[in-house]
Amino acid sequence: MYRETKILNVDSKVSPIGGDLEGAVGADEGELVINVGPQHPATHGVLHLVITLQGETIQKVEPHLGYIHRSIEKMCESLSYRQFIYVTSRMDYLSAHINNHGCALCVEKGLQLEIPPRAQVIRVLMDELTRIASHELWWGAMAMDLGAFTPFFYAFRERETINDIMEETCGARLTMNYMVPGGVMYDIHPNFQKRVKDFIQLFNNKIDEYDDLVTNNIIFQNRTKGVGILSAADAISYGCTGPVARGSGVTCDIRKLYPYEVYDKVAFDEIIETAGDSYARYLVRIKELRQSVRIIEQLIDNIPDGDFQAKTKAVLKLPRGEFYSRIETARGEFGVYIVSEGGTTPYRIKFRSPGFSNLSALDHMSRGSKIGDLMAIMGTLDLVIPDIDR
Amino acid sequence: MTNGEIKQHIVTVRPNGVFDETGEWLQVQVDISEWKTFAQWLRNDALQMDFLFCLTGIDWSATATGKTLLTMVYHFTSTVFRHTLVVKVKLDRNNPEIETVSDIWRTAEFHEREVFDLFGVKFLHHPDLRRLVLTDDFEGYPLRKDFEDPINMIKL
Repeated sequence: MYRETKILNVDSKVSPIGGDLEGAVGADEGELVINVGPQHPATHGVLHLVITLQGETIQKVEPHLGYIHRSIEKMCESLSYRQFIYVTSRMDYLSAHINNHGCALCVEKGLQLEIPPRAQVIRVLMDELTRIASHELWWGAMAMDLGAFTPFFYAFRERETINDIMEETCGARLTMNYMVPGGVMYDIHPNFQKRVKDFIQLFNNKIDEYDDLVTNNIIFQNRTKGVGILSAADAISYGCTGPVARGSGVTCDIRKLYPYEVYDKVAFDEIIETAGDSYARYLVRIKELRQSVRIIEQLIDNIPDGDFQAKTKAVLKLPRGEFYSRIETARGEFGVYIVSEGGTTPYRIKFRSPGFSNLSALDHMSRGSKIGDLMAIMGTLDLVIPDIDR
Repeated sequence: MTNGEIKQHIVTVRPNGVFDETGEWLQVQVDISEWKTFAQWLRNDALQMDFLFCLTGIDWSATATGKTLLTMVYHFTSTVFRHTLVVKVKLDRNNPEIETVSDIWRTAEFHEREVFDLFGVKFLHHPDLRRLVLTDDFEGYPLRKDFEDPINMIKL
């Protein structure tokens, strides 16, 4: 698993792969600095961790970011309010719909647009399907990080069905673009309802299968219970959101606290676990799968008739001022902060990505753990690197 | 607490704070010399602002009135009272310096490094102020309005 990590000479200030390690090298006797990434199967992207070890115990984890930094915020400053939404699918690519949704909400807030009920329901359906797909991929990848290969195929098998539905609805399987200011880009495919219902019927049994295979697996439990403990106070202080914070007992689901679209009209539970370890974060996500299914079941037969998009002008102009929207992605709270000077492009735009704050807690969570536990901790943070680097 | 109640609390400790109530949340602008003590008061006193969910900067140099202005914007929520407050601090764009709040809210450590990296704001007493996403030898601060990208990749 650690085949490509390199053991460095502690006296050397220069890494053998190039680059300065001035800040990372500890001077103490017996300390060892190793690199995990930027190309490592368990970092799921180009994340570079410089880990200081004392024997097998982690002293410090220092994330080095920027391998996939594209300066999306600067790019958005020269794009119109319709165009910039498409770039955000390339940030958290597993929550593409939800990112687009957050941006659309922010623009709508500025324009004070009323969204047709049909569009609202379609949006929530797409969000929840995205959440299931994202959690599925996380579940497979997390189990693979811990050495179990089968779950990866199981997860991708079900995720494929969602990808097919997405493809039929909006033409893409990844980096989808469907949400636009005012509603959705086009109406749902005639097959949409039937295919989603088929999927839900199939998927309900599959979650039980996931529980049998991994959740109740004693080896898996031994590797994740009591590992990477994050207290509620620390989770808040580090700005953690989503399943990471909820695994520590923090109430932070934006869908419940600041409901948008039709989330206040559907019945679902916010999953809270109090242990704060890797297993608690795992349980939150697995249980969220069932809640997403519950939301979809309530809405799929009740899509109202009417327009799927509100009437908007061809060129959108936001009034001078500041607008902020928050939305719950699969990873936590995604914020869009638009500063407008009254023009057709944003003056400044800031994306508050959930992964960025969650990653900042990694050092705190893994100090004192064994190096082998790091994968169990990182797996439950569910990091998507383009979302962190932006 | 409602915006009015938050305002009352702030007025008692910062009588000359500048308020803006036009937006969704209450905004208050404090002077840079008062920032650190005000931040400590926000976190520990009546308002209990324990969750700093967004920290960023805005460069106003492309506007007529803000040639030498750079603003820091802090978005706070209290997980106890569920109220939200936006705090702004004005900086001098030619020499932007501000006290760090990473000792009060741990999330600020990463966010401030990002602002340092992309805006060039120097956070005093920050434990580890280095560039975060760009390389150490990178010249310029990309999110400033006068930054020209040499290969025109990010400007369309």
